[in-house]
Amino acid sequence: MSSLPFHRRKNVRLTLRYFLACMLVLIFVFPVYWLFIISFKTPDEIFAFPPVWYPKSIQFSNYMVLFKDGDAETVLNSLILATASTFIAMILGTIAAYSLVRFKTGGENLAVWIISQRMMPPVAIVFPVFLLYVFFGWVDTFFGLILLYTAFNLPYVIWMMRGYIEDIPLELEESALVDGCSRWAVLWKVVMPMARSGLFATAVFTFVFAWNEFLFALVLTRTEVTTYTVQVTHYFGGQSNFWAKIAAMSVLGTIPVFFAVATMQRYLVRGISMGAVKG
Amino acid sequence: MTVAAATALRANPDRNFRYWLLTPAIFLLLLVGLFPLFYSLVVSFMRIDMMDTDTSFAGLYNYANMFKDKRLWAALGHTLLITVIALPIELLLGLAMAYLFLEKLPGRQIFISLLVLPTIISPIVAGATWRLLFDNRYGPINQVLGWFAGHPVTALWTINPHLVYPAIIFCEIWQWTPFMFLILLAALSNVDKSQTEAAAIDGAGFFRTFRRIVLPAIWPVMAIAILIRGLDLARIFDIIWALTSGGPGTMTETISVYTYAQGFKQFETSYTAAIAFLVIVILTIVVTWAIRRMGLAK
Repeated sequence: MSSLPFHRRKNVRLTLRYFLACMLVLIFVFPVYWLFIISFKTPDEIFAFPPVWYPKSIQFSNYMVLFKDGDAETVLNSLILATASTFIAMILGTIAAYSLVRFKTGGENLAVWIISQRMMPPVAIVFPVFLLYVFFGWVDTFFGLILLYTAFNLPYVIWMMRGYIEDIPLELEESALVDGCSRWAVLWKVVMPMARSGLFATAVFTFVFAWNEFLFALVLTRTEVTTYTVQVTHYFGGQSNFWAKIAAMSVLGTIPVFFAVATMQRYLVRGISMGAVKG
Repeated sequence: MTVAAATALRANPDRNFRYWLLTPAIFLLLLVGLFPLFYSLVVSFMRIDMMDTDTSFAGLYNYANMFKDKRLWAALGHTLLITVIALPIELLLGLAMAYLFLEKLPGRQIFISLLVLPTIISPIVAGATWRLLFDNRYGPINQVLGWFAGHPVTALWTINPHLVYPAIIFCEIWQWTPFMFLILLAALSNVDKSQTEAAAIDGAGFFRTFRRIVLPAIWPVMAIAILIRGLDLARIFDIIWALTSGGPGTMTETISVYTYAQGFKQFETSYTAAIAFLVIVILTIVVTWAIRRMGLAK
């Protein structure tokens, strides 16, 4: 190696890194590829031995079945739940964060208590909540799950929005107050617009959490508000799986998330690490 | 911003405004945070199950039963096993990947976007996908292994007791290494380059530079990443549910899967409440200890 000229050594290194990068992408993307490809296969191709690595033609009958049987409606349920709970959590979380930042309400202790709620294991929460919901008749209702998802996302929203609100210059709010705006008007007309990019970034992750959630949905839904994640598990069988349906349903549920994250890519790092990395 | 201005803003008449802002959020957090905790504690001292709704005080009956419950300790052991194997691998692999993409590389952004895909899909879908991949006859994994082995491989990945844990951990690592990678990449990009370069000129090797300069710089971020992943692993449910449902038998039952089974299959209300309380206590202790130990407390 040492006899090689410097630039050649650099090229060897780059080629090696490029090769490794390609291998990694291949390994990490292949399962996603396989999922997509199965959803387009015919039954003959799915149950071919040896496996078919790419389908001869793209056909959508696996999806047609889901729409015809009404199973695809579960994606719509997920959409309603995730959208509504994200919207409410963003509003409630942002105004709460504003109170924590601007008025130091409850001091550091309250902030720490709020974030500690995020550490609660869902399985420890879900059982008491289930009994509570049975009592109030909230099981299998949109209201019930939206309430739970909103509450579960609140610590994250408050934590994230705290950081964004701290960055807003106080002078802007002061001048609005001097101009005769009410407190609420300041919040809606100054704070919200100023924190817009933070709101969007946080909303994406709140949405993705609610969209991908499984345990609460499994316990708290029956037939009316079944989410797509629960629906996927309905196709598992002890002896045989409904492969085409598993794959097609999973793809239907995955595309919106890909879309949401792709449009919000530049916020990805800060959102994923709960503000630990200033992105 | 001046101190006087901040004081003026705080002294503004509408005194209850700041409490009104917090009320709805606190109410919801109490509902899902404090209520379950309180409920679990109370019910765990009763003897409610499917047959019996005895709400009289039963003392430590349920807690005493835990010591005899082999399945519970096994479930805790399984959870620990998955965590201690998957977490270091995710961390080291994520770190290695972050180093690979730290310097310029043609198409770097596209590579990163593709690598992040596993992390954003639902864990249930991830489990389902690997269920398809691991299929003994129609899955591609046995097929590829067959090419290397030179004869057909028919490993039952999600059934064979020797293979279920590798299967689960594989899926787990596949889904969450990109998460570590992304965070560590951001942390590494923020490390002061002049320091690492100076160390290189002084003749410090890669590992020495890493330990003395890079690690202290990225530690606050890395510690949080470890904490988040550690917590998620301790409550792992979805991937297990999709891959093995805790089987074969109860071999891969984690504490979350076991608690679910007690509550929603055996309907052991009081006992489930006691387990839920135990889980909350264990996690709180471990997390508090970890935060102190990792120097995250400020």
